[in-house]
Amino acid sequence: MTLVPGFSGRFWYWGSRLLAAAILVPLVVIFGAWLAPTTEVWGHLAATVLPTLIGNTLLLIVGVAIGTLILGVSLAWLVSTCEFPGRRWFDWALMLPFALPTYVMAFVFLGLLDFQGPVQGLIRQVFGLPESWSVEVRHSAGVLAIMVLVLYPYVYLLARVAFLKQGRTALEAAHTLGMTSWQSFFRVALPMARPAIIGGVSLAVMEALADFGAVAVFNYDTFTTAIYKSWFGFFDLNAASQLASLLLMFVFVVLYLERSGRSRARFDDASSSLDSRTYRLRGLRAATASAYCGLVLLLAFVIPMVQLLLWAHRWIDDLDFAYLSLLGNTLTLGAMAAVATTAGGLVLAYALRRDTSWLTRASVRIGTLGYAIPGSVLAVAVMWSLSWVDHRVAEVWLWLTGTEATWVFVGGVFSLILAYFARFLALAFNPIDSALEQVRPSIREAAQSLGFTGMALVGKIYVPILRPGLLTAALLVLVDVMKEMPATLLLRPFGWDTLAVRIYGLSSEGLWERAALPSVALVAVGLIPVFLLVARGRR
Amino acid sequence: MALLEVEKISCIYEDRPALIDYSLEVVQGEIAALLGPSGCGKTTILRAILGFEPILRGEIRIAGEVMSRPGFSVLPERRPVGMVFQDRALFPHLTVAQNIAIGIRREPKTDQDRTVHRLLEIIGLENCFSRYPHELSGGQQERVALARALAPQPRLLLLDEPFASLDIDLRERLSFEVRDILKEAGSTAVVVTHYQDEAFAMGDQVGVMKDGAILQWDTPFNIYHRPASRQVASLVGRGVFIEGILREGGTFDTELGRVRDDHNTYSHPSGTRMDILLRPDDVLIDAEGEISATVIEKAFKGDDTLYTLQLESGTQLLALASSHKDLEINEETRLSLDLEHLVAFPKAPKE
Repeated sequence: MTLVPGFSGRFWYWGSRLLAAAILVPLVVIFGAWLAPTTEVWGHLAATVLPTLIGNTLLLIVGVAIGTLILGVSLAWLVSTCEFPGRRWFDWALMLPFALPTYVMAFVFLGLLDFQGPVQGLIRQVFGLPESWSVEVRHSAGVLAIMVLVLYPYVYLLARVAFLKQGRTALEAAHTLGMTSWQSFFRVALPMARPAIIGGVSLAVMEALADFGAVAVFNYDTFTTAIYKSWFGFFDLNAASQLASLLLMFVFVVLYLERSGRSRARFDDASSSLDSRTYRLRGLRAATASAYCGLVLLLAFVIPMVQLLLWAHRWIDDLDFAYLSLLGNTLTLGAMAAVATTAGGLVLAYALRRDTSWLTRASVRIGTLGYAIPGSVLAVAVMWSLSWVDHRVAEVWLWLTGTEATWVFVGGVFSLILAYFARFLALAFNPIDSALEQVRPSIREAAQSLGFTGMALVGKIYVPILRPGLLTAALLVLVDVMKEMPATLLLRPFGWDTLAVRIYGLSSEGLWERAALPSVALVAVGLIPVFLLVARGRR
Repeated sequence: MALLEVEKISCIYEDRPALIDYSLEVVQGEIAALLGPSGCGKTTILRAILGFEPILRGEIRIAGEVMSRPGFSVLPERRPVGMVFQDRALFPHLTVAQNIAIGIRREPKTDQDRTVHRLLEIIGLENCFSRYPHELSGGQQERVALARALAPQPRLLLLDEPFASLDIDLRERLSFEVRDILKEAGSTAVVVTHYQDEAFAMGDQVGVMKDGAILQWDTPFNIYHRPASRQVASLVGRGVFIEGILREGGTFDTELGRVRDDHNTYSHPSGTRMDILLRPDDVLIDAEGEISATVIEKAFKGDDTLYTLQLESGTQLLALASSHKDLEINEETRLSLDLEHLVAFPKAPKE
């Protein structure tokens, strides 16, 4: 009995393993770098910057975890259990910061707050301070604040769903058992939402570890910046790999914490989810709740957006044919990656249903692990793997023809697409998997009993049911590829500049105002998945 | 003095009036059942007693102490009231024992353990001590929810459709079990349900509710056999009304012949047109009977069969018969009446 028409079982069996290998091989290659003799660059790095890197990374992990936890959980709690002026509106508006890439947020705030920015200028004017007075904003606290403001929606989104799912009876039951509002929050609501909150915090921390732009703008040295420097500064791929493997260790620890957050207790009691608020806030408390949500939204979205638009307007003359080619490159890369990843996600999701062996399940898990691997690490890994392949190809070519071969893969679009593919496969897999979940065996059986077979079954039943899932998958990948910075910077073929690359180029030279124009385009694109999320929440 | 006194309260639930001048009294040790269709305000009254709904008028007292009045409400966590929620609302992150102990978390650990073990023994789940709620069956979860609510020894226990999600057999068994547990603990309780068998099985007294008001407050027997109004009669149990004309001495002339009521006296003038309630168990299928009828519908229920019968005049009756008797549809049969308690109301004006 074939569950999926069209292909035999072997296709799915080997397809899923091949995809898992596409993720696993780069990881193995990264750790393989330790087998090679250590280079001078590495010795230099280990002696000078490594302690700083590790310290900075730990600070980043702890700071982002605590910050997003407090911000995300408190906001989610307010909008899902309390009633106060503007709550309905904040409910979805608080997701908007998702659309701002961290690197855009970083340079906007730097532009606003640095020595020459309007804020410090105003302070000097108001308090009559001398021109020389200034405050250094390129501080670790600044990086943390930016990261928390951009990444809190991960926690907010997951915690909000968890609180809504708990329904109000869990809270009411806590009250009838003698708990006050605060006690029921800490003893019941928070522990029940724990897996969701840990999941959200882990995602935020992984994003922070993978970030390249924001830390570069703030001169905050982390593994991603060090990888970039040892590659482009010292042209030492081996040292870059060794750094990448250390970064991976941090990622694995976070990943492990996320997985072990789920224990035997099951947390989502989906039996009731009344969309009714338990606490009606009044007076001062209601005003405080509104003000708090409003302040977060102002800092995380409204102020940076207004500033971006003002700057973009001032430099509108930059908009010329060069931008057209930038946009073209960005869209082309995004579209290629979207098609490839969606196809890959489809193979994984089918394979999971076609073949239930543990090896297939393991393949799917490995295949969807890529979201945790920072783009810089993937770039290094892909570079290593493909240059090995190129060398072998060149040897064969030399043996066959006696002439030197040009490199086939390295420096080509293929390497970049491969990195995107590995990183975003999970992003494509999830919507396709849940779409496929709707094609229950009974639906296929019903269709077959009504005379649909072969291609008619695919065309009339499978494609219409899967279409929304496939579209969502492709769209999500497209948007994330467009925003992706580190892998694109490291692997882009010559002449393939994208919007993200342009933003990096301008903002690394301190030209914040001119970086606003491409940023506005990226933020506009980034709003698409946010609206998808909001629309799904409404349904 | 009654333990729970609800005095003429009015309540708004989700922007529409749910209770108007509603009163209720439950004495110490009594189990009261509120029976009514969904949307009749049953849940609202429980939420008002718990303190989750403010009241606009009236007063709620427990053991003489004011709990709610307009503009004043004792916090839910300060009320001596326990609740078994319709969806049970067990805390999924806590084990069975932790769930039961959470309401008595301030007591010394040894006392907590003793109470938990005593309650687990009562509900017959001694072995499920360290399980999580999702590892239990629906009936077991229900029992844990009951034990959790009983642990702090509330003066008053409320149960909201406690067995609604269970299948019929289990519902029936648990209703009796829970009644025994409550009686043994000497609890005072209010049960809300839309299943009459549940209300009859658990309640010492049953209140039939409709549109935010109690229509009748009585024992289960009287609710069924002596409904106070046409509305109660049509809400509880099955039956049909046939027309009868009141004659001297509590007799009625009907198309089924003359019937007599020995229990009630009627103040209506002789000749009044009345509606007489015939329950399915009042109508016997009897070969010797004087009334002839045709079977037009039958519902086989295993133990017995419910027949819908049509008289020559077109009037339809319900009759319950042992399922040994197997009549075919359209088959002619004969009936007799077995009227112990006659229920009659003045005929409703034509609508």
